Amino acid sequence: MWRTSGMRIVQAVPLLLFVSALTFFLQLFVPGDAARSIGGLNASPQAVAALRHRLHLDQPVWERYWAWLKDAVHGDLGQSISSNESVSGALNTRLGVTLSLVIATTLLALVVGVVLGMAGARGGRATRVTADIASIAGMTVPAFWVGLLGIWIFNTRWGLLPANGYVFFGTSPGGWLRSLLLPVAALAFALVTVIAKQTREQLADVLSRDFVRNLRANGVSERSILFKHALRHVSVTVLTVAGNNLIGLLGAAVVVEELFGLPGLGSAAVTAASSGDIPVIQGVAVYFTLIVVGLNLLLDLAVGRLNPQAVAA
Amino acid sequence: MPDVSVLRRVLRRVLRRPRIAIPAVILLLELIASFGARWLAPYPPQQADFTAALAGPSAKHPLGTDRLGRDVLSRLMYGGADTFREIAIAVVITLVVAVPLGLVIGLRRGPLDAVLMRTADVVMSIPGIILLLIVLALFAQSMTAAMVVIGLLSVPGMMRVVRSATLTVGRETYVAAARVSGLGTWRVARRHVLPRITGLILVNAALACVGTLLIASGINAIGLGVKPPAPSWGGMMADASQTLNESVWPAIPTGGLIAVTAAALIVLGDGLRDMLAERWSGASAAAPARRRRASGPAVAAAAVPESDDAWLPAEPNPVVRLTGVTVTADTAAGAVDLISDVSLTVGQGRTVGLVGESGCGKSMTGLALLGLLPNGARVSLGTVEIDGVDVGSFDAVKWRALRGGTIAFVSQEPMVALDPLFTIGHLLREAVRTHEKLSRRQATLRARELLTQVQIPDPDRVLKLRPSQISGGMAQRVSIAVALAGRPRILVADEPTTALDVTVQREIVQLLRTIQRDTGMALLMISHDWDVIAEACDTALVMYAGQVVEAGPTDRVMTAPVHPYTRRLLAANPRLAAVGEPIPTIPGTVPPPGQWPVGCHFADRCPDRVDRCTQAPIALTRPGDDVVARCVLAGEELEVSS
Repeated sequence: MWRTSGMRIVQAVPLLLFVSALTFFLQLFVPGDAARSIGGLNASPQAVAALRHRLHLDQPVWERYWAWLKDAVHGDLGQSISSNESVSGALNTRLGVTLSLVIATTLLALVVGVVLGMAGARGGRATRVTADIASIAGMTVPAFWVGLLGIWIFNTRWGLLPANGYVFFGTSPGGWLRSLLLPVAALAFALVTVIAKQTREQLADVLSRDFVRNLRANGVSERSILFKHALRHVSVTVLTVAGNNLIGLLGAAVVVEELFGLPGLGSAAVTAASSGDIPVIQGVAVYFTLIVVGLNLLLDLAVGRLNPQAVAA
Repeated sequence: MPDVSVLRRVLRRVLRRPRIAIPAVILLLELIASFGARWLAPYPPQQADFTAALAGPSAKHPLGTDRLGRDVLSRLMYGGADTFREIAIAVVITLVVAVPLGLVIGLRRGPLDAVLMRTADVVMSIPGIILLLIVLALFAQSMTAAMVVIGLLSVPGMMRVVRSATLTVGRETYVAAARVSGLGTWRVARRHVLPRITGLILVNAALACVGTLLIASGINAIGLGVKPPAPSWGGMMADASQTLNESVWPAIPTGGLIAVTAAALIVLGDGLRDMLAERWSGASAAAPARRRRASGPAVAAAAVPESDDAWLPAEPNPVVRLTGVTVTADTAAGAVDLISDVSLTVGQGRTVGLVGESGCGKSMTGLALLGLLPNGARVSLGTVEIDGVDVGSFDAVKWRALRGGTIAFVSQEPMVALDPLFTIGHLLREAVRTHEKLSRRQATLRARELLTQVQIPDPDRVLKLRPSQISGGMAQRVSIAVALAGRPRILVADEPTTALDVTVQREIVQLLRTIQRDTGMALLMISHDWDVIAEACDTALVMYAGQVVEAGPTDRVMTAPVHPYTRRLLAANPRLAAVGEPIPTIPGTVPPPGQWPVGCHFADRCPDRVDRCTQAPIALTRPGDDVVARCVLAGEELEVSS
């Protein structure tokens, strides 16, 4: 188990280098004046000049990357152009928001998806049709729209949950939970349908395996077969699925943070993208990569506990 | 120019399939409305009418108006053109790069394959959204640049799909032949592989379209890319989110249209794949193949039940008794008998062997005894008695009380018979506690005792291992230990030695004999191996095509077989064959259920066949004290009515 974890961590280094290099070398493809392109067509010549100076666009890109890299090794991701704050400082306070959102969504989707999938596996034709429609809906309905309708129902109509803003856990755990409920639900919708579908298919597969017949033949109860043996096999599968969906989940999280006004990494990146604050986006790229690596590591460890072979192989 | 009649035929074929026609029509209408917006839209996209802001649907505004009183339908139509153009850019890039790469590395493999697959792994672990944001920032919010990035980021996934499908197709004989004959990789790919995987590519292209649609509208919804007031589907969702307090209406058609478009793409992709798959298998041209009816009515064979089991070899203190059991399965072709009129008895401490080729119904007989017939199969005639109780009406609860405690089971493949995710200790404790109320510690002691009983040295170490960490022989011992946990009175062992080495086979048979001697357990041994039968069984029953064809004491059956099938089966035993002589085989194959002949099931393969063999069902007869056989010739002198 430790070997695979070690591998994950070791592989994170080239991945970080690759992603950060991309954020720099993409600038080579900008046609004409990069500063003008970043500043937008309406930027004044002074603003463009300032931008060029702040981003060191007059230096060759590899020099800039090298300088950034040297600082980044020491935890310094540069300064924001618009606020002059240190990027790592600004992002550290936002990390918790995005992590809460992503982890809560993954956990919720795992629990709800497995429960629905197991219930669906026992149903008849009607259940199967519903499940098929739900799984298409999960693939096609935008998270933004789910969030929108959620706000309308739970905030506008019933006034139950806040539509906007974030309460830190330290301030009020209840408020924290309430501020996360709608965004998490909006994000989890798609993942729930994926996990429910995987659960249904995996369950059908496991229950047709030889060892299940043998358990039955030797008197082990259906409940034990379903909730101990089958559930463990299903868990291994859905944890892997959750890991594969992390990158997509982060993408959707950016949109959902923006909709619900959550002060997370995603909304920082969106603001930076519209104002040309390149250092902040580069910082978020590092944070996002670390989140993906870190959460995948946790999921790996969980899978390893449930199924040591998966790791030994 | 394409022939008009061909076009018409294709069109007719497509329209006959609602799963293609409906999404295709939806998408076509959307495309016409979007690209023809300039001529078709009722209003210009920016025309505001403040007196009619946030209005619901009306004749004037079929989809209502937004917060500035702009016509939602018109804006959706104008925004659609950009949406479809964006999808096209991204997906065309993905396909143009990924499909050729996938084909080439799938056919050629080699270092290029290794390098590209590694690269794909890395690219797939990049959080793509951040690259999109940086590209939007660098390229003056250009959606085109963003779409190029989406297209490139989707390359690895598509390339893997194409590669693995190409690997599969490439293994097929005709493709291999084409390659051996010197056709270049590219031509093989285009002529032989690409047509086969077009359906798969279409499905994945549809998924890529949906992904792009959702990402593009998401980008616009968070205020990037298309700048308001220019209409975009995502931007209109964002617009609607600002006026939820006043009206939810403008949010409905915008998000709804995205979902409908995405669903249409997915359904269309699946539909096209299915149509291509059918064309490839050539099934659509021919009339729908109706499955052949089972030959001969299933009831006919069962019309002469021999529920009287007086002929059975005597078994004292019967633990289980099958009397005239017929198992019937419901298939698409109607009811089909899987075993017919099987009777057998196993007495306490005795061992009865079921022997025959595979497909003769031996395992089905065992499963009928355990109440574990596969879905759709049932005991349709005859009775199963366990410990003197007819179990015909047993429900799940009663069966569970019986299984493990009275009747237990060991199966053929020890490596798949144990749940691989649990330790052996866990599995044994579970089995023990199913039957006895024991603490965890007591259960562990009992588990240890069971491992000792199946002669596993060092049981403490084995308790901590998982099934994948032990050998096949040891796994079979563990399976037996699990089966013994409930102290069963009879064990059904379905080919318990077949998957094992010859030396291990003998040990397992010896072990079962020892356990029987110690516990008085009865054993129903299912095997195709005469050596196992000879070593383990007091009584042997030979099965052929669902019927018992001969029964008697094992010695007699093996030394003086009566039924021609038994004789042939014994002669085919490789270990009895003379050195240097070819091992005799039985020509032909066992007829599958549903295709049994009316008369003797073995008649087609029998060298001794006479006319009477094929005219009517053959009854079991008892030509001698310890001889029971289902053969007209065996019954010549001493026909016993059955």
